[in-house]
Amino acid sequence: MEKYNIVIIGGGPAGLAAASAAYDEGERSILILERDKELGGILNQCIHNGFGLHTFKEELTGPEYAKRFIDQVVEKKIEYRLNTMVMDISPERVVTAMNRTDGLFSVEAGAVILAMGCRERSRGALNIPGYRPAGIYSAGTAQRLVNMEGYMPGREVVILGSGDIGLIMARRMTLEGAKVKVVAELMPYSGGLKRNIVQCLDDYGIPLKLSHTVVDIEGRERVTGVTIAEVDSHNKPIPGTEEYYSCDTLLLSVGLLPENELSKTAGVELSRVTSGPTVNEQLETSVPGIFACGNVLHVHDLVDYVSEEAAMAGRNAAKFVRGEVPEDRSKELPIHVEGGPRYTVPCTIDPAKLPEQLTVRFRVGSVMKDRYVCLYLDGERVLRRRRQIMAPGEMEELVFKKSMFEAHPDVRDITIRVEEA
Amino acid sequence: MYDVVIIGAGVTGCAVARYLARYEVNACVLERGSDVCTGTSKANSAIVHAGYDAENGSLMAKYNVEGSLMMEPLSKELDFAYDRCGSLVVCLSEEDLPKLWDLYRNGVANGVEDLRVIGRTELKDLEPNVSDNAVAALWAPTGAIVCPFGLTIALAENAYTNGVEFRLNTEVLEVRRTENGYVIETNQGTVEAKAVVNAAGVYADVIHNMVSEEKMTIVPRKGEYMLLDHAAEGYVRHTVFQLPGKFGKGVLVSPTVHGNVIVGPTALDIEDKEGVNTTAAGLQDVTEKSGLAMKDIPLRQVITSFAGLRAHEARHEFILGECADAPGFFDCAGIESPGLSSAPAIGLHMSDLIAEKLGLSRNEDFKGERKGILDAKTLSPEERNELIKREPAYGQIICRCESVSEGEILDAIRRPLGARDLDAVKRRVRAGMGRCQAGFCSPRVIEILARELNVPESEITKTGGGSKYIVGTAKDRI
Ligand SMILES: Cc1cc2nc3c(=O)[nH]c(=O)nc-3n(C[C@H](O)[C@H](O)[C@H](O)COP(=O)(O)OP(=O)(O)OC[C@H]3O[C@@H](n4cnc5c(N)ncnc54)[C@H](O)[C@@H]3O)c2cc1C
Ligand SMILES: Cc1cc2nc3c(=O)[nH]c(=O)nc-3n(C[C@H](O)[C@H](O)[C@H](O)COP(=O)(O)OP(=O)(O)OC[C@H]3O[C@@H](n4cnc5c(N)ncnc54)[C@H](O)[C@@H]3O)c2cc1C
Repeated sequence: MEKYNIVIIGGGPAGLAAASAAYDEGERSILILERDKELGGILNQCIHNGFGLHTFKEELTGPEYAKRFIDQVVEKKIEYRLNTMVMDISPERVVTAMNRTDGLFSVEAGAVILAMGCRERSRGALNIPGYRPAGIYSAGTAQRLVNMEGYMPGREVVILGSGDIGLIMARRMTLEGAKVKVVAELMPYSGGLKRNIVQCLDDYGIPLKLSHTVVDIEGRERVTGVTIAEVDSHNKPIPGTEEYYSCDTLLLSVGLLPENELSKTAGVELSRVTSGPTVNEQLETSVPGIFACGNVLHVHDLVDYVSEEAAMAGRNAAKFVRGEVPEDRSKELPIHVEGGPRYTVPCTIDPAKLPEQLTVRFRVGSVMKDRYVCLYLDGERVLRRRRQIMAPGEMEELVFKKSMFEAHPDVRDITIRVEEA
Repeated sequence: MYDVVIIGAGVTGCAVARYLARYEVNACVLERGSDVCTGTSKANSAIVHAGYDAENGSLMAKYNVEGSLMMEPLSKELDFAYDRCGSLVVCLSEEDLPKLWDLYRNGVANGVEDLRVIGRTELKDLEPNVSDNAVAALWAPTGAIVCPFGLTIALAENAYTNGVEFRLNTEVLEVRRTENGYVIETNQGTVEAKAVVNAAGVYADVIHNMVSEEKMTIVPRKGEYMLLDHAAEGYVRHTVFQLPGKFGKGVLVSPTVHGNVIVGPTALDIEDKEGVNTTAAGLQDVTEKSGLAMKDIPLRQVITSFAGLRAHEARHEFILGECADAPGFFDCAGIESPGLSSAPAIGLHMSDLIAEKLGLSRNEDFKGERKGILDAKTLSPEERNELIKREPAYGQIICRCESVSEGEILDAIRRPLGARDLDAVKRRVRAGMGRCQAGFCSPRVIEILARELNVPESEITKTGGGSKYIVGTAKDRI
């Protein structure tokens, strides 16, 4: 069986940054497995700009951003295999994959980094009633069709869901000559970034209807129209508020789900909130030596944070292979949340293993204005940060410093609490 | 002039075609859809009923029991997915016990083997997630599940390779009786036949009424379903029905042969024979009733919902045989549930009847066996590698949810009566049936279809007709 010290599943921004960082940490035996025909992941279809503001201090398109990381991997001569689908990962870190030339093969890995990204929720998952004609796409599929294959999925469009991809596609379809009639969002707030609402909807006069959903889909062969209705506070459609829109296309931007089917084969524990693995401060999953980063861990809005997180996973995997991280995990403490955050990544911490600084990321469950985000160690507040506004669509972070924990050597309770300012 | 024209390529028409091919016959199937199995045969519960339900003495009972016995050997001969998982009819109250015993006795009278009424404890052992209200159940070990597309397509392919012609995208508009048979007008021209088989599903009344004065009415009775992800596999082990009674009529909860869980159907008479849309009320109904016989159904795992139309005739009975006032015109009408289970028996007897009428002789070259599409997942790693070495396309995964390779998709397209659109590929190899519901693989499958059929990608449809997936190229309007 082939052997590599680090095997990375997925060659998107997360996988690439993890590989590059592991290399910089001194690791040379690295293999990236990617099922697509090129590296870069989802960024290859994100041809709009706005990537890399944090990392490179300039505005890049998705493919440009990806190229910077692909170049690093190529320069460092890190091995990768394309068109290669990983089929199984065992708890003992044997990775089984398949492609046309090598057939079905297995690789023994010193450490595995999960970087498989996420997938879009489908119509079925929402149980939208109606017919099942052609013309219903997830926004990401439409994005790939238009941007990579040069095809138009439709001419008259209704979009359900105001996630970022839906917003970006509202603009994109408009620029390609389609008429986007409305964007309907179930929640009373948008799931996307504020800047995308302004730049993709407002600038083009596309209405956004909050607290609305699709209640019927018409059309036997191809979509001919959809009905949307307002919903009450329990998300139930309110009779009498139905509005019919004739259209040939319905785009769905109703959420992303970390792609963890493989993680399950390895026995990795998943969070019920994020659907991604539960990880410790090393970004190591419940299975020793298996790390996770990027959208497979929790869905990100900004790729810059993906790269940052992935680099950390790459470094830690390299240290794990060298045996530098003590194996004992019995001292890990959960990070509790109160007053708004729905989860944190990482979700546990061993204070003794903390780096100088650790960025802890989370999302809140509803829109909150004028708050403090605080860190409490055994009930004592050690950190307080002011936030004008927090929304489920935007990821939050709090930076833990090793020094804070050194002042609390016997800490037993770690809590992030959001308080009114 | 054909000896026999069969109208409709659902499971009934395809079964008649397949068994008819055992005779020397010049036969043709006319189907308005872009593929076989696009009507009710593609949207049902996929249960091979044991046969205790249909009223003793009815044709439904006779054909159901016989069809159910034929199904397992047929699944080997024609290589389609079949699993004798057994079925349970769960009784939820002491009050209803007499009805359970009635059902038992009806089953025994119908000739269903190994039926037993079992108590709570045994029921819990068999089906751990059964409702705590369950007091007893009818246990039918001969109940089974089948892949309805697999069955219908296998019958069709086997009929085709034994010489039966299939004309798809061909809608019958008119049937007229003549001196020596029938003239059939279609949207693709006229055909003539000595005998006609009416297997048009919910349209069987329309076709029947074209030649007979004894008018027939088929009412579409809609049934809505929800399908759960593989992740729910193991939640239910048998087909679980609820005995209608104190708590009303429930829905069934069953594993499918592909490891999903199916929940449904509702029952509502509608007017529109094309009304296969799901409705908010219907899905709500499924949700509410699903919890009666089973507990903690993981409905969060739903990946799709769909609806099928029962071809309901007022007598709730199969109408099988030569039409009294139209010699040579054979009805297979009112084929509602247990139509799928009964299909082999209907095919066998109808074909014999037609053969007798036309004086057909046996086809000595008939080959009853058919090899299905190879599912590479069932191979050992060594076998799989051998295969990929010979045919690299088997090393390229196209549908990631169901792990379907390009090799399997090519097989689906290249084989007899091969797939011509996305849904046809899906019904043959399951590409697009998984949790992402074809979001990822559709563009890839379109690419392969276009290449294989040598047409532009923009010509490829979801399910024939105007169901185009792509409407043009970017920038062609600006
Ligand atoms: C459609 C979409 C649009 C976005 N738009 C923006 C934006 O405008 N701005 C922004 O800053 N961020 C955007 N994001 C977010 C950001 O781009 C992502 O967070 C980032 O790309 C995630 O990187 P990743 O490496 O985790 O995942 P991905 O980029 O999805 O990469 C995962 C890779 O893993 C591969 N893979 C998965 N499973 C397997 C397997 N079994 N075997 C082999 N390979 C496998 C995939 O093919 C893929 O290449 C967008 C995200 C999506 C999904
Ligand atoms: C909700 C539901 C659940 C069911 N569950 C079960 C079950 O668990 N077990 C079971 O045994 N049975 C079940 N059934 C019944 C079973 O599905 C049907 O009996 C069976 O599929 C009927 O097959 P068919 O070939 O007669 O009809 P169809 O499959 O509808 O085929 C008729 C065909 O005729 C074609 N056609 C119609 N008009 C024309 C025309 N003018 N020209 C050309 N072609 C035409 C149609 O396109 C169609 O393809 C269920 C049915 C429903 C609706």
